[in-house]
Amino acid sequence: MPISHSTPSFVAPREAREGDALCLQVRDLHFSYPDGHSALHGVSLQLCDGDKVALVGPNGAGKSTLMLHLNGILGGRGEVEISGQRITRDNLPAIRAMVGLVFQNPDDQLFSPTVFEDVAFGPLHMGLPEAEVRTRVDAALEAVRMSSYKDRLSHHLSVGEKKRIAIATVLSMNPSILVLDEPSAGLDPRARRTLINLLRELPITMLVSTHDMKLVEELFPRTIVMDEGRVVADGLTSEILENENLLTAHGLEKP
Amino acid sequence: MHFDAFDRYHEKESFIHHLDPRVKVVITIVFIVSNALLPDGAWLAFLLAWLFLLAANALSKLGLAYTFKRSLIALPFALIAITVLFSIPGKALFTFQIFTWNFTVTDMGFLRFVSILIRSWLSVQIALLLVATTRFPDLIHALEHLRVPAILTTIIAFLYRYLFVLTDEVFRLLRARESRSAATTGKRSGGGVLWRANVAGHMAGQLFLRSYERSDRIYNAMLSRGYTGHLYTLNAHEMKPRDYFVTAFAIAVIFIIQIIGRF
Repeated sequence: MPISHSTPSFVAPREAREGDALCLQVRDLHFSYPDGHSALHGVSLQLCDGDKVALVGPNGAGKSTLMLHLNGILGGRGEVEISGQRITRDNLPAIRAMVGLVFQNPDDQLFSPTVFEDVAFGPLHMGLPEAEVRTRVDAALEAVRMSSYKDRLSHHLSVGEKKRIAIATVLSMNPSILVLDEPSAGLDPRARRTLINLLRELPITMLVSTHDMKLVEELFPRTIVMDEGRVVADGLTSEILENENLLTAHGLEKP
Repeated sequence: MHFDAFDRYHEKESFIHHLDPRVKVVITIVFIVSNALLPDGAWLAFLLAWLFLLAANALSKLGLAYTFKRSLIALPFALIAITVLFSIPGKALFTFQIFTWNFTVTDMGFLRFVSILIRSWLSVQIALLLVATTRFPDLIHALEHLRVPAILTTIIAFLYRYLFVLTDEVFRLLRARESRSAATTGKRSGGGVLWRANVAGHMAGQLFLRSYERSDRIYNAMLSRGYTGHLYTLNAHEMKPRDYFVTAFAIAVIFIIQIIGRF
């Protein structure tokens, strides 16, 4: 179904300033997996409200590991603050409602038999009353344009549909930041286009890890490059994509 | 890639399809228990139970023979009861010999054997009808409503969700093996039995590892959405007066079948 869209409205990237609402702050984060493999070596970054930021880098750069820290699934050495709150054991449930983490494989993300149950999982576990849960599920499915899929079985969906439902499963928690791991991987051009339009329209702070440099160029004003567990570049997408030396050095390509 | 071979649900607009899943689960269980309780050789009761089943088939619009056709696959399991042919004392019908053992089929044994066949055959059919007319998630909800422990319903729900994913995984592995099972012209393909068994073993191991890692990722996905050890679900089902009426009516009929079977 072709959908027409208005021209994208880009938010101009900016440096964090005094008084800006900091949505996400990571300071000097280190992490090693139990098998000794060291994945993060002092990662620092910050996102302001409304930022849409791409996270790029080769496989094994630590992107997914970093993302698992943002809602406290993994806990490395260093600081992670969401809207000014440091992640602790006590505020984990609140943090998880604020950070909507969408995993790469939608078959991992969608674990309930029906679409409705999956989208309702987050709000239900936040302890919301039934009417509120239903409103949120409807709104989340509406936001990803999948309202008619409410009663479908997850295993009957195509990959593109699963990806959109996966996003709805965290939108229903009304997160203040959306963290997506390779959302466009494995999608055909049309499903990818639908997803890009969806991401563009969602009025929410976003950190998106991806290998899809065209997507980065089109959607994200700011880009963070990671390699070997470190942030190696952070700045305007247009400037980073012009810096061919940087891209080649970290296994990336100009779109 | 979808593998839906396990999904036995048949979408239809019928009286049975629209019943509350709890009603269907309860009637199914009562029917099965009633069959098990009928005495041997209660032919009239068996016939009535079969008519009950036929009526349910007809109301489901799946066709009178729908469950009959599918019930035959379950018959081999009923053959486990074959020992009762020889083990119940009674008048000898005939005797045959295997090696040095004599087997004597008795009339009482034969009667019990046929009764067991009929009971299991009827019970399998009602269960087939249940899964054909009820969506699986609704079945799970029904079990939750009927106070089946959450740990069981959760396991069943996950099993249902990931059965398909796992089957896809198995088929991908098989295809990958197939596409590399080449042969040089003039030579037989594949190694010896041991080598093949080895490959199959590795595949089973792979499947386990992949599932194990997947379970980790799923658990992370659940944690990310606020899971803390308790599962909450919303159930949209509501019993209507019709559902109560049908339950009462069906149980009354089954009760009458029991009485007829005993006198």
